[in-house]
Amino acid sequence: MNTTLRIRRFNPEQKTPAPFFQEYNLELEASDSVLDGLIKVRETLDDSLALRCSCRGAICGSCGMRINGHAALACKTKIISATKDSQTIHVEPMNNMPVIKDLITDMSPFWEKIRQIQPWLQPSTPIPEAEHVAPAEAMNHLSGVMTCIMCGVCVSDCTVLEVDSKFVGPAALAKAYRFVADPRDDATTRRLTALNEPGGMWDCTRCMECIQVCPKGVGPMDRIMSLRAKGIDEQLPSTTGSRHAEVFTDIIKNKGILDEPMLAVRTFGFRNVRRLIGMIPIAIQSFRHKKIAPSGPLHRAIPGIDQIKRLFKRASVENHTFRNK
Amino acid sequence: MKYAFFPGCVSKGACPELYQSVMQVYPKIGIDLEEMTTAACTGAGVLQEKDPRLGDVINARTFALAEQQNLPIMTICSTCQGVMSQANHRMTTDGEYLAEINQILGEEGLAYRGTTNIRHFIWILLEDVGEDVLRRAITQPLTGLRAAPFYGCYLQRPTEALQFDQHPDRPKALERVIEILGAEVVDFPGKSRCCGFPILTINEKNSLNMVATHTMNAKSHGADIMVTPCPLCHLNLDGMQAKAGNQQNTAIDLPILHLPQLLGLAMDMDPKSLGFNRNFVSPHSTLQKLATVVSS
Ligand code: SF4
Ligand code: SF4
Ligand code: FES
Repeated sequence: MNTTLRIRRFNPEQKTPAPFFQEYNLELEASDSVLDGLIKVRETLDDSLALRCSCRGAICGSCGMRINGHAALACKTKIISATKDSQTIHVEPMNNMPVIKDLITDMSPFWEKIRQIQPWLQPSTPIPEAEHVAPAEAMNHLSGVMTCIMCGVCVSDCTVLEVDSKFVGPAALAKAYRFVADPRDDATTRRLTALNEPGGMWDCTRCMECIQVCPKGVGPMDRIMSLRAKGIDEQLPSTTGSRHAEVFTDIIKNKGILDEPMLAVRTFGFRNVRRLIGMIPIAIQSFRHKKIAPSGPLHRAIPGIDQIKRLFKRASVENHTFRNK
Repeated sequence: MKYAFFPGCVSKGACPELYQSVMQVYPKIGIDLEEMTTAACTGAGVLQEKDPRLGDVINARTFALAEQQNLPIMTICSTCQGVMSQANHRMTTDGEYLAEINQILGEEGLAYRGTTNIRHFIWILLEDVGEDVLRRAITQPLTGLRAAPFYGCYLQRPTEALQFDQHPDRPKALERVIEILGAEVVDFPGKSRCCGFPILTINEKNSLNMVATHTMNAKSHGADIMVTPCPLCHLNLDGMQAKAGNQQNTAIDLPILHLPQLLGLAMDMDPKSLGFNRNFVSPHSTLQKLATVVSS
């Protein structure tokens, strides 16, 4: 099929380096991958095109790039699916990392963050001479997160990294979970305490971009949520994020419906009076814009609240052991 | 067509104009609503941070109540929709898990059979009401108005739970409705990104940075207004816009409309009855632009 690859190019060796788009028209099979197309461009049309690839089978993690606006592995993306809306495929380097040349990005910030979470087992007991065996059940649970191929695709599309390069990011947090949930690792509290700091697990905005784009089904955000739940369970020093989750849950349990002002007051409490005072202008504006119901800003509990309270009691983690989902 | 209506906490709390405007427009498009007054909050993904399975139990209760009413559920919030879609997806694709949830519900005499259809108002507009009926309800096409869509993460991802494969109109539902209403779609990169609301209390700087990025970007693409099917996005994009602008040393001034507010405008309804006075960023400029177009 006739396909156009519209590629964002960048050559640092130009006199005044600036990114530009270049289009290549070529014949491709529907079953070809975008990577096949790019290689064909390089081999038949323009040998100056720079890209990174190796395995061509979604294993090595080197061909991450943005295809039609979303990060993906070029070798795993078929031409047929990339041309669903138009015969032109937009190909750009990954986001949230510096571009070296054309489609090649500098992965060093990525590796720095992976290193930051100390991606090695830290047992407190002496390391056994033979294999360090873990229960099969635990390893089954970890198999999903262990399939990460470090491609950087989730990092490319992370909404928080876009505005704050200090955020540790989805890949490193998923990797942190891999060690926190490993029964052979004894540094859980230390790891969670480090992740409890600003820029750590509470800074994720739960946008699900990483879950959607990850080519290996690692589900980084789900791992971040598990880290948060573990942090709350471990009773780490509370953060605005953990208090927010606790207070939110408590309000739903007692009323069935959320009281926003109550959530704010109880989340910030007297620990952060400055933030609480910072909210007064919003409260005044809300009042001015008649956003507040005549009955006042707080709700009465919804009908049926007794049943909800009972379900909370029965279903909550402390009182019910579900199988590990 | 009748629905079990799940208004969500925000339309009952900080965004009363959303509830108000949906109440104005729904009778005009041939649907009927029965409000679910005893259903609890979905947990909004926040309760799920603490205890994800508890969230599923609470949502299963809501689905079971709708099954008893024999009605599909209608939501008016991207977050309510996404959280419910994900919960329903987990339960309907894993019989063993559903059985576990039902064991807990059973003690309250409840059971969820896995049959409840849960949809956002915007999907219902396209899938049930249909373009023809919608067009007939439009008495004042929004010709000349340039509207930027803003979905809210939960109405865009993960695509499997939202059943995008089975419903090809869903990924671009907002663009489709804007076009039907006669306005012009302003496409911009931020439309399916995050508004920043979930981290407003945690990292305000980053959160406001997201507000500024998307609203300023939509404006630079020529948008007169932004429209959203998510009241949480609205809280940040509208409510925090002035502060986000201050952070960038600029005034952004982009009116943010709830989807039913835009619908109501196209039905020639009185802006006050749609709760426009409750929006923080005044939509006055929008109304004026429309008035000029109409009179010219
Ligand atoms: S869910 Fe969190 S980690 Fe994942 S892309 Fe969004 S902000 Fe980043
Ligand atoms: S989590 Fe997924 S997207 Fe992120 S680096 Fe690992 S494999 Fe790539
Ligand atoms: S070339 Fe190895 S993952 Fe694509």
